[in-house]
Amino acid sequence: MKKLIIAGREFNSRLFLGTGKFSNNQLMAKAIEASGTEMVTVAMKRIELDDKQDDLLTHITQYSNIQLLPNTSGVRNAEEAVFAAQMAREAFGTNWLKLEIHPDPRYLLPDSVETLKATEQLVKLGFVVLPYCQADPTLCKHLEEAGAATVMPLAAPIGTNKGLRMKDFLQIIIEQSTIPVVVDAGIGAPSHAAEAMEMGADCCLVNTAIAVAGDPIQMADAFRQAVIAGRQAYEAGLGAISDSAEASSPLTAFLN
Amino acid sequence: MQISINNTLTDTAAQTLQQLAEELSLPSKGVAVAVENQMVPRDEWSSHTLSQGAHVVIIKAACGG
Repeated sequence: MKKLIIAGREFNSRLFLGTGKFSNNQLMAKAIEASGTEMVTVAMKRIELDDKQDDLLTHITQYSNIQLLPNTSGVRNAEEAVFAAQMAREAFGTNWLKLEIHPDPRYLLPDSVETLKATEQLVKLGFVVLPYCQADPTLCKHLEEAGAATVMPLAAPIGTNKGLRMKDFLQIIIEQSTIPVVVDAGIGAPSHAAEAMEMGADCCLVNTAIAVAGDPIQMADAFRQAVIAGRQAYEAGLGAISDSAEASSPLTAFLN
Repeated sequence: MQISINNTLTDTAAQTLQQLAEELSLPSKGVAVAVENQMVPRDEWSSHTLSQGAHVVIIKAACGG
């Protein structure tokens, strides 16, 4: 399997993991391990002064091969995203950033105008920008031209587990992109991830489907295998689809 | 002196951000601080003077996708 390269860094795993919605940090850490991921997203929150809770970061940074990917969740426009990015770089010591600007809390759909604007500004400020975006091929080309390290189009709205609802547009994005395409949001089952990878997506980002599974550790392993299987199938080259039957056994009449 | 930390009014004896960080026992990494919506790098905390009513934001990692 070919290695994934983003901004010059090699990744053996083509599965990124989000850290939201796990019932506890220990379970999250075990799921990270089972997934084989080398890229993990984290959000930011304001500290509470009397909060002595378990430190999330120690559960992630115990794996030395993991690239931390802070996100900008909670910002409503490009200006807030730039501020959040600067806070993230300072707090986590990385210039990698999952840019997400989704002002609408009901569907959490990314704001394309503000996302493009923020990408342009953040690239100039030296960030490695991985923007979460609409499955819009034209927008994805603009993000690429603005210097994004990847594009991360949605398969379906965040946390819905609906699968590749934007399949036809994802296919166009994959065909046209010269930077890695990470299918993000809406992937609800390993079969969805395998399907995206078979289409030629470079990577999948999964959170909810693993975190809320009956057994998140087993599900993380299932996604690990699905992403590998899908990628291998893509690299092997899938057989052509045909409308008429194509015999796979000889049709010679041997019974009479 | 009274300042706002994450929108909570707080009394502090700290004159600088570094002193405030010590007063709050902030960890040595994993946090970022902004004053008046401008991020202040850690190596500038000791020279950054706080004033009455300053609006301070302190963030740390949270779970998220």
